[in-house]
Amino acid sequence: MDSNYIENQEVENRPDNTAFTQQRLPAWQPILSAGIVIPLFVLVGLAFIGIGVALFVTSRNLHVLEMDYTGVEKTSPCFSCSDPIKQKNCKCSLSFELDKLFEGPVFFYYGLTNYFQNQRAYGVSKDYNQLSGDLDYFTFFFSIVPDSTCKPYRYDVNNKPIVPCGSLANSMFNDTFNLYQMKNGVKEEVPLDGKGISWWTDYNIKYRNPSVNPLRNAFNGTVKPLYWSKPAYELDPTDTANNGFINQDFLVWMRRSALPNFRKLYRRITDGLPAGNYSLEISYNYPVIAFDGKKKVAFSNVSWMGGKNEFLGIAYLVIGSLCLVMSVVMLIIYHWRNSSPDAN
Amino acid sequence: LYRRTQKMFCVGEESWVDSRTVYIGHKEPPPGAEAYIPQRYPDNRIVSSKYTFWNFIPKNLFEQFRRIANFYFLVIFLVQLIIDTPTSPVTSGLPLFFVITVTAIKQGYEDWLRHKADCSINECPVDVVQQGKVVRTQSHKLRVGDVVMVREDETFPCDLILLSSSRHDGTCYVTTTSLDGESSHKTYYAVPDTMAFTTEQEVDSLHATIECEQPQPDLYKFVGRINIYKDKEEPVARPLGAENLLLRGATLKNTQHIYAVAIYTGMETKMALNYQSKSQKRSAVEKSMNAFLIVYLCILISKAVINTVLKYAWQWSPDRDEPWYNHRTEHERQRHVVCLFIHRFLAFMVLFNYIIPVSMYVTVEMQKFLGSYFITWDEDMFDEELGEGAQVNTSDLNEELGQVEYVFTDKTGTLTENNMEFIECYRKERSAQLKEHEDLFFRALCLCHTVQVKEEETVDGIKRGIHQGRPTSFYISSSPDEVALVEGMKKLGYTYLRLRDNHMEILNKDDEIERFELLHVLNFDSVRRRMSVIVRSSSGECLLFCKGADSSIFPRVVSGKVEQVKARVEQNAVEGLRTLCVAYKSLTEADYQEACFHLTEAKLALQDREQRLAQAYDIIERDWLQEKAADTIESLHKAGMKVWVLTGDKMETAAATCYASKLFRRTLYLWVCYSANTRPHNHIYTLLHLVLHRCSLSVDCLDFGLIIDGATLSAVLKPNPESAGHGNYREIFLEICRNCSAVLCCRMAPLQKAQIVKLIKASKEHPITLAIGDGANDVSMIQEAHVGIGVMGKEGRQAARNSDYAIPKFKHLKKILLVHGHYYYIRIAELVQYFFYKNVCFIFPQFLYQFFCGFSQQPLYDTAYLTLYNISFTSLPILLYSLVEQHVSVETLKREPSLYRDIAKNSLLRWPVFLYWTCLGVFDAVIFFFGAYFLFDNTTFTSNGQMFGNWTFGTLVFTVLVFTVTLKLALDTHHWTWINHFVIWGSLLFYVIFSLLWGGIIWYNFCLLQMYYVFMQMLSSGPAWLSIILLITVSLLPDVIKKVLCRAICPTRLSAHR
Repeated sequence: MDSNYIENQEVENRPDNTAFTQQRLPAWQPILSAGIVIPLFVLVGLAFIGIGVALFVTSRNLHVLEMDYTGVEKTSPCFSCSDPIKQKNCKCSLSFELDKLFEGPVFFYYGLTNYFQNQRAYGVSKDYNQLSGDLDYFTFFFSIVPDSTCKPYRYDVNNKPIVPCGSLANSMFNDTFNLYQMKNGVKEEVPLDGKGISWWTDYNIKYRNPSVNPLRNAFNGTVKPLYWSKPAYELDPTDTANNGFINQDFLVWMRRSALPNFRKLYRRITDGLPAGNYSLEISYNYPVIAFDGKKKVAFSNVSWMGGKNEFLGIAYLVIGSLCLVMSVVMLIIYHWRNSSPDAN
Repeated sequence: LYRRTQKMFCVGEESWVDSRTVYIGHKEPPPGAEAYIPQRYPDNRIVSSKYTFWNFIPKNLFEQFRRIANFYFLVIFLVQLIIDTPTSPVTSGLPLFFVITVTAIKQGYEDWLRHKADCSINECPVDVVQQGKVVRTQSHKLRVGDVVMVREDETFPCDLILLSSSRHDGTCYVTTTSLDGESSHKTYYAVPDTMAFTTEQEVDSLHATIECEQPQPDLYKFVGRINIYKDKEEPVARPLGAENLLLRGATLKNTQHIYAVAIYTGMETKMALNYQSKSQKRSAVEKSMNAFLIVYLCILISKAVINTVLKYAWQWSPDRDEPWYNHRTEHERQRHVVCLFIHRFLAFMVLFNYIIPVSMYVTVEMQKFLGSYFITWDEDMFDEELGEGAQVNTSDLNEELGQVEYVFTDKTGTLTENNMEFIECYRKERSAQLKEHEDLFFRALCLCHTVQVKEEETVDGIKRGIHQGRPTSFYISSSPDEVALVEGMKKLGYTYLRLRDNHMEILNKDDEIERFELLHVLNFDSVRRRMSVIVRSSSGECLLFCKGADSSIFPRVVSGKVEQVKARVEQNAVEGLRTLCVAYKSLTEADYQEACFHLTEAKLALQDREQRLAQAYDIIERDWLQEKAADTIESLHKAGMKVWVLTGDKMETAAATCYASKLFRRTLYLWVCYSANTRPHNHIYTLLHLVLHRCSLSVDCLDFGLIIDGATLSAVLKPNPESAGHGNYREIFLEICRNCSAVLCCRMAPLQKAQIVKLIKASKEHPITLAIGDGANDVSMIQEAHVGIGVMGKEGRQAARNSDYAIPKFKHLKKILLVHGHYYYIRIAELVQYFFYKNVCFIFPQFLYQFFCGFSQQPLYDTAYLTLYNISFTSLPILLYSLVEQHVSVETLKREPSLYRDIAKNSLLRWPVFLYWTCLGVFDAVIFFFGAYFLFDNTTFTSNGQMFGNWTFGTLVFTVLVFTVTLKLALDTHHWTWINHFVIWGSLLFYVIFSLLWGGIIWYNFCLLQMYYVFMQMLSSGPAWLSIILLITVSLLPDVIKKVLCRAICPTRLSAHR
């Protein structure tokens, strides 16, 4: 009895003899040895060089035409417009020549430099509730509606709420462009496609107009942002569905850029631009000289890997060759060590 | 506080700090005897719980926020609440809330258990004698002075003074298993004057007061006095000692019932005082962790300062400060300059605060807590005999086990088995006197002990006794020496039968029963190193027998062939045998009365009473080395640890053990500093210098061993004002010790052991020390050392209870240090470095981003990412790594103890390594940020020409970050079990799934819309994929190259064994 009891007790106290508790789980123990690492480096190097070449070649085949139209220099066509005093409704035009076909689809971007769309106070200055079409936020209620982040563009002097409120919406880019091809001295307008320039989810789900028909009634009792010339419901006179908060230009602007020099998509030219002379008519409204900014337009075509960007291809090439070089270096080191076995 | 009290107590022995007077049965003393001073004592309620229902939340929060890390996050959280900061308070509030809640739940549950335990203890029934009747009441209602009746197998409800027992000799048997783990029955005595009160009525008629010391935690010390008042007589005063004091928690055995009076109740009982928390030990890793944390705090502050200053510089031009598109509000413009500055600074602090890893402390704590289970689970450290495995009393020191440089080990019971066997006895006598003295000698051995006889309680026992024709008995004693002696005597024909009515009965050779009246027992203690008994033989002769270590016996012997015995003793000691000496003195009646008087007066100054002993004998026992002790010591040596043996034994025995255990090899050159008390101080000095000189001369320093004894050591350590010019012995001694591969300190008092440990701890290099021992005398050393290990020995469980880790045998030290210690160190080092690394990777891109967003405190990552990065995306892989990583196999670690040297001196957490990790983090962060920067530079990377915004930029960086950081850990993992695969790939998958859900669903709060579809849009673009792959590769490349090249150019021992 006694010994039985003792045995039982032992069994009770005895730790479990499992692989886990005894730290004996079967394990794969990889070692970074020369036999594995050198072939791996060669493989990675070759693969990277392959990708790099592909990217580089693709990028080389893409064209970008970028033009500055700020008008800082006196020779620049938009110099007259850049003066802030007589800026109202100023128009200027930019001429350029294409010697060969710009294959379509061509994307037409406008670009700003030294423009900090990524400033925190600027970025948060909006009211998502307004932008999702909630009419409760179209009124002014002292400290809650519209969102206080919209300051100082929450309401005007008459305490009328600004819709859409906030700095981000207020400062929407408002230069407009028309592109003409000069055919035998005759200006022929190039059709610009403004559909699908912003994210599909933005104009279908994220931003909504209030469900009021006609749309302008929803904006009764509100004022347009201070710097806007037109209210939100009249942003696109040609397409009634492209107004309000789902106006694509507005949505493009509302997606804040990551860096201070940025481009934003303006229009698409589906068929491409044939060789010839072009004239770009700009209605110059947006002031940038005050903060040393530049305004640009850019035409670019894209491939499967996006726009022209040689960085990625070069980086792949560099890293790929680095891998190859390292594998050679390692090979030499291993060889040297193996040939002198007495080395400790 | 507990430690200090104990220390104070050890130094100033027998100091009556203060005393309390207890009135038995709450009866006032007769008028005129003494003024009745009513004193207030706590009731008998035991409160081990920390919190009550009402104060739990505030008190627990207070306790938690006393930790620096929690407090830091609280401050950050409050700053976020108060001022307008870039990130929402949720980002730091949620992890903080998580950490605090988890800890609070754990602590609350533990406290609830304690409450339940307290409740059941406080409400258990107790029998109290009131007005001559036994009344049943609840334990917590007990007051000091109550007379309590305790029945067999009941536990004492508080500290009691035994008044009388159902046994007619006024003794009772008690086990103290729950107090100190000793399962033997101990005998406690009632004062002879109260012995006779055997019924409730009689007890109730007792009129007495007890004066005793104030409560103190030492279980084995008690000083008091009972004054018994009889009608119109002078009060009789009797001394009370530890043998009269029944401790709370002990259990009454073999006795029907006892009456006893409560003297310490509730939280003042010795048990309660002993459970007060010990001072916390902190590991070296924790210290370097805190140092790193301070560095990171400095980095954080300097980042915030740099950005604030640059912000002002950048905003110098008003167009930049306030461009037309981003006007400030009036309110902001009117802010005071200083206010604005502080505001901006704090905002940057908040933005970068994640660089201090929020979850590191929780992860480290979980790692330690869970990791310590592997020690308790280890089957190799399970001892069949004891039926127990290793115990972990504190998990805070797991990694310290991998850092040990000095091992201080006790000899008896630790290195050796503590299984005694009586080998021989030696008497130096002329043959004429032989017969007479032989008898006396054997009797001396039979009588001079505190062995108790476990009587036949069970039917089995009686049967066995009948079979053998003689009553069988088992000897039980706290010291195995005594059992061995008494059993040895039994073999020689002298059987100790029992102690009855204060008479010891011996069955001598001729089967006659001899009775000796036991007059006094002066128990063994480690200071005197001897015990004595005074007995009166049946013929009326008073005899004093004294037994103890030779060093304490010989100086007191006045006649007899001391020299010869001494020589013999030494000879035996060299053979590794343990020796004891016995001496006797016959006392005349006058002598006895005098001694008796002194003893009764105060049982204090006993030393003087044992002098002038007549004869010395020598008993020899063999001490067996524990199995594999030699192998263990050899491994420890190879692992670069210095092993010191600290023992109370004498030099020869100890040295023999050291040779046997291979601590001293035969080639070892030994320096012996011994018996300094015979030499003047400057002698030691020159001696030490000589040793040092020789040591330094032989640069090839073969192997030096040092033997030093307690007396010399105390001379060395004592600050000596006279020889101030000679410099400090301490330094020289330390210098010598550093040059010795093995040191043996013999003749050490327990406190000296702790002093040695302290000395080494405080030396220049601040080495990590480990103390291992099994007895109560090792407790001070175990508590002093960085790591204290208790061997679950035969001398009770005190060492094991007070230790940080308890192991069944000395040989298990090898596994716990070389395997567990090594693993835990590697694991926690990686854990700490990795945590800092991943947070640098995390926050440095955000710092860089400030340069491109006009220092506007724009966060790079989304709120959800900021919040969850540390608590979910990257937390599990590292926690798992730190639990199961094995960079080399268990077998290799055991086979090659020298691998332990690779991690010595905190080598994986030194500043260069830390710098490497930080630089790697910065490098990776730069790669992430600028990789994404150049990719985003003025171009699109979708095939439909659409542009991406800042959140895509941040998500791209974050995705690369999560993958790189996790894969970096994967690269460092050498031991891929299925759990590793599951957790590493699982957490990456979790990140992807989370991001898809986070961006794919419209969440209620519209502020979160900023991430809507961002992740999917990013994944739909080819260049994003390509650049993620590229950036991950580039980030990992330097580490891979470094690893491969290190293996090739300077292979460590570690890598050679993989």
